[in-house]
Parts: sequence; C-alpha cells; structure tokens
Amino acid sequence: MSILINKNTKVLVQGITGHHGAFHTEKMLEYGTQVVGGVTPGKGGQQIHGVPVFNSMKEAVVKTGANASVIYVPAKFSEAAIREAADAGIELVVCITEGIPALDMAKVKPWLQTKNVRLIGPNCPGVITPGECKIGIMPGYIHKKGNVGVISRSGTLTYEAVWQLTELGLGQSTCVGIGGDAIVGSNFVDILRLFEADPETKAVVMIGEIGGTSEEEAADFIREHMSKPVVAFIAGANAPEGKRMGHAGAIIAGGAGKASSKIARLKEAGAVVVPSPALMGQTMQKVLKMPILNFKS
Amino acid sequence: MNIHEYQGKDIFARYGIPMNQRSLARTAEEAYEIAKTQATPGCLYAVKAQVHAGGRGKGGGVKVFKTPEEARDCAAKLFGTRLVTPQTGKEGRPVESVLIEFTYPIEKEFYVSIVLNRSACQPCLIVSEAGGMNIEEVAQKFPEKMHKTLFPIETGLSSSEGDRIAALLTLTSEQRKSFSKIFQAISKLFIDLDCSLVEINPLAILEGGQVIAIDAKINFDDNALYRHEDMAALRDSHQEDPREVEAKKYDLSYVGLEGNIGCIVNGAGLAMATMDIIKYAGGEPANFLDVGGGAGKEKVASAFKIILKDQHVKAILVNIFGGIMRCDVVAEGILEAVKEIGVTVPIVVRLEGTNVKEGKEILARSNLKVITASTFAEAAEKVVKAVTA
Repeated sequence: MSILINKNTKVLVQGITGHHGAFHTEKMLEYGTQVVGGVTPGKGGQQIHGVPVFNSMKEAVVKTGANASVIYVPAKFSEAAIREAADAGIELVVCITEGIPALDMAKVKPWLQTKNVRLIGPNCPGVITPGECKIGIMPGYIHKKGNVGVISRSGTLTYEAVWQLTELGLGQSTCVGIGGDAIVGSNFVDILRLFEADPETKAVVMIGEIGGTSEEEAADFIREHMSKPVVAFIAGANAPEGKRMGHAGAIIAGGAGKASSKIARLKEAGAVVVPSPALMGQTMQKVLKMPILNFKS
Repeated sequence: MNIHEYQGKDIFARYGIPMNQRSLARTAEEAYEIAKTQATPGCLYAVKAQVHAGGRGKGGGVKVFKTPEEARDCAAKLFGTRLVTPQTGKEGRPVESVLIEFTYPIEKEFYVSIVLNRSACQPCLIVSEAGGMNIEEVAQKFPEKMHKTLFPIETGLSSSEGDRIAALLTLTSEQRKSFSKIFQAISKLFIDLDCSLVEINPLAILEGGQVIAIDAKINFDDNALYRHEDMAALRDSHQEDPREVEAKKYDLSYVGLEGNIGCIVNGAGLAMATMDIIKYAGGEPANFLDVGGGAGKEKVASAFKIILKDQHVKAILVNIFGGIMRCDVVAEGILEAVKEIGVTVPIVVRLEGTNVKEGKEILARSNLKVITASTFAEAAEKVVKAVTA
C-alpha cells in the first residue's frame, strides 16, 4: 500500500514533445514508472523514448487505459490541459507547471470537485511511491521504500527532507509535493487524510511555508483526526512581510500567513515542529521510537 | 506587481469610482502650477508622495495644506528624497512624483478591499467601518466591524450583494447606493485585471456627504501579466530594490535582506529554509536567492555577481540539492564566478544530489579556497563561523 500511485499506475505525459516533457519522460521510465503514452495536439503518431504520442487525452486514455497524467505544458495552456485530463476520465492529474494565473486555478478547482479526479499541484515536483512509481521531476535515487509519508509545498526542500530520512534508513511510503502556488489542487488536509488511512504509513513529515492558511487548516485536522505522529517544519520564519519568496503562494500579506502562527497552531495540535530544517530526519527517527500512546500526551 | 496610487486611480476612473480631482507633478514647480490653476472652490491641497508602500502618512509622505504655496514647498522637500514608512525598511523608496489632490474635510472613513481567498477559491470583499488604519490593525482591534463576503469569479459581486453589504454600514440611502456601486466596480476590476489586491483605504464620506475614494492600491498577479500588457507597462522598477531588478534580468528570484551572509540556493522552499537555518545557527542572511531548477553555470555566476553588489555580504553560502540541476554544473559556475569577478569573501559550499561526486571533485581540483560542508547544518555552522571569525 501507499497513497495516490503504485506499480499499477499508468501514466500519460501531457506536453511530452516539449523539452521538459521529453526529458522527464525518460527519467520516469528509468525509474520504472509505467509511462503508457503522451499527448501533444498535432503531434500524434510520433514516439518519444519509445512512448506513443496521441493528439488528445480522450484518444490516449481509450488506447492505453491510463489512469494518471502529468502536465508539463506552458502556464497559459495548463488550465485547459487540466480540464482535458479530467474530461478524459483521468483519476489523478499531477501538474508540474509553474506560473499559472491564480484566478485560472480558482476557476478550475471547484469544477474539478464535480468530477471524479484529484489534482496535485500546480508548481510542484510531483508524487513518488519509492520503488514503484515516480510521477514528476524529483531525483528518484534519493528515495527509499518505507513507512514515512512526506507532504510539502516545496520541491528541493522536500528532497532535503527525503534525503535526511533515507540517510537514517527511514524509507518513505509516498512523497507528495502539493505545490507552491496560492491555490493548489490538493491541500495538506487532503493528503494527511490519505496518509492517516494508509496502513503502510506510520508517520508523516509535513513541510509548510509562509503564506495562506493551509498549515492552520492542517493543524485542525491533525488535532481532530490524525492518530499518526506528524513532524513539521515551516519555512520562511525570517521572510519579510509583503515580499513574495519565490513561490507565488509564499507571501505574508496583511499580517496573515506568518510562520509563527502556523508553528503555534501545529504545536497546539500535537505535531512536533522542528526549529531547524536540518532536524527533520533525526526528529522523525526519535518520534518513531516513541511508544505511540505517548504521542500527543 | 505593485503600481502607484495615481495609476490605480486612473484605473478606478475607468470603473466609475468617485474620486477627488487630481494631477501628477514631477517637479515642485509643476506641483505649484497644478495647485494654482486646477483648484476647485474651497478645496484643501493634498500632497501625496508616489511610492510603492503603505503607511505613507506615517512616513510624512501625505500632507494637506490650505495654500498652493505650502503645497509647493512640501513637494520641494519630498522630491529627491527616499520616503521611509513602516513598510519600506530603512532604505525607503525614492519620491519621483507627487500627486496633487484637491480635497475637502472628511467626516468618516471606511476600509474596503478585495483579496483572493485561497481555501474558498473565490475573491473576498472586506469592508470595515474602521477606515484609515491598516487591515492588520482593523482585524485586531475591531474584528466585529469587518464584513467579509465571498463572490463568484464568473459573475462578480451582484448588485443585491452590494446593496446588502452597504446596508450593514451606517449610511444615508444615497451613500448606500454609491457604496454598492463601488463594491461592484472593484469586484469587476479585480477579476478583469487579474488582481491579487484592490484596496480603498480610506473610502471616505466628506463633510458634505459625498462618497470619495481617497486612496487606491492595486496589486496584480505576476503570473497573469502576460494577458494584461497595458498593466505590465505600468511597472516602475525605480520603486523596486535595484538588486531585485538586476536579478530578474537573469531570471533569478531574489529578495534583499539586511544581514551579511549571502545565500545561493536552488528552489524557493530550500532557499527560505536556508535563511532560517542561518538564523538558527546565530547568523543573519543577506538575501533570499533561488537560482531555479534548471540553472546553468552562467546563472550561478550571475547569482554571485548580484550578491556581491551588496557591500554587507561577508560570506556566501551555496546550498544546492541537485535534482534536475547537476552539482558539477554548479561547481563550474562557482569557478567561473570566482575567476571572472574575483570573489574575496569566504564561500561555503554544500552540494547534494545529482552528480555530487563530480561537483565535489571539480571544487577540490580547483585550488579554490572553498569551505565544503556535507550536511545542511554543517554548512550553516561553517558560514556563521566564517563571518564571526
């Protein structure tokens, strides 16, 4: 078990003929992901790294039986790509693209909720279930199969957390980059719920950052619904107010979105919040050695 | 992206929002001419420094006078200075233009804004009877006075919703109509132009009873600027940190801070975490800098150039977790930067991830005085030691 993806997941690459699409198709194949096809309108019939290219998602789904897709198309075409995937019956859409207008996401997200589909991202590194399936741009070899779930709004900071875990011999069940934009398809709460229900996941590393209130919402969920321990780090405690820190969603505005508020709420909820990003791995190691009954006491 | 008040008011005018008469001046003499020739009967003369920051009043950038001469003298003092407000940091922002506005005594001030509510995926209109102060204060001091209303992107704020919100406020029936229209106008503006913030603070009722937007603040979603070229053209890069402007040319994401440890990192989350760990180790970061996912060696070299323009930088921490980015490419970028611009401050390098062995070998072979670190924590400790030594 794992969440979202496993060795049976069949993946289509939207934007497979582009630079990033082609490059990461090769990397995903190397990792062992079942990439069953790609889509670029007007380029159907080609092959990229041995993977057939189709003109539309509908056609690709019918011909390959794919149940997941990953989007590498430019920002201005991404909303349409997400809609096309959902309309074609894809169950999991992972959108890597950075730079999608916030209002486009605000429009598409409620529409997706009327469909039987889950969106991860945009502006994210993707999802990986170590040893089984990698959908996205993360370096595969840093991961190790195991029992720690990882959720993060960041890319490289997730790699850092994963690497700390792997170096200590702590494998991961699934790692999910939910994305750094203001509006993302799945929030912390959505993924925490999946980890809580997954028998293979014993504990969760959660990496938040400044901006918005999704960490506060996660804290409420942890307090009320999580029996598994959560080790959290919130990036940006030293970020100035009103400045966007790289990610579109990472901004403290009108006094809201500060790291201090998120850290306080998570601590109150019983999460173990580490003060330094270098402590994510070793803190998880300690937490896993604690008797479960003592957690939150 | 931020714009000036006068630009925001030009946009407001297109949406029929009532405002005082006003003109932009770029010299004190121009300010005087405007004040003398365009004055409306019985008016006061407001001089408003045009800078990208809130809290201008507190910083002495907004003043009201009774005569054109006083307005001119105030403008003369403002031009050429850098206005420091509670939001600018100690560097302040350059005053290159002032808005001369013909105004009248105010009876009551309201706060009105629209932001995007991330959880609801809808814009949210926020209205408060406690105007004139910043929203943080309003939320803290008068939470009961804040009215928040979500509205759909597809249709904007309906007239019945506008009327309903206006009816929550202490207003005459004429004023209610005017407020409702203003709420609908800014909701349309917010959606039409892909804004991340529209704020009127204050929306005022003058002693005569008229409703007037005294200030105008508009922020745009950078990701949507490609479909609003006319708005993108309003950018005033003089109001931005020159290092940030320079960094943008190289497609680097940079934010200047006030410490002395320069940071070069790949990825925004890791870059924020690097600032945090420096602070945790007892140091002060000089900047946030994300070189991006697929940076080449030129980009790494330009990151060094930008950081070294900051005179306060006493050491540099390079923290790279190679995914798409390869550590050997980063190492070559470091060599190139040192060769080209002669880096004299200590450099602490922590490489991990793709091609890390090759990267470390390149640095080891180079005879450069680079301090290497194998973990995140070790890198932070070493760079803090380098600046305190």
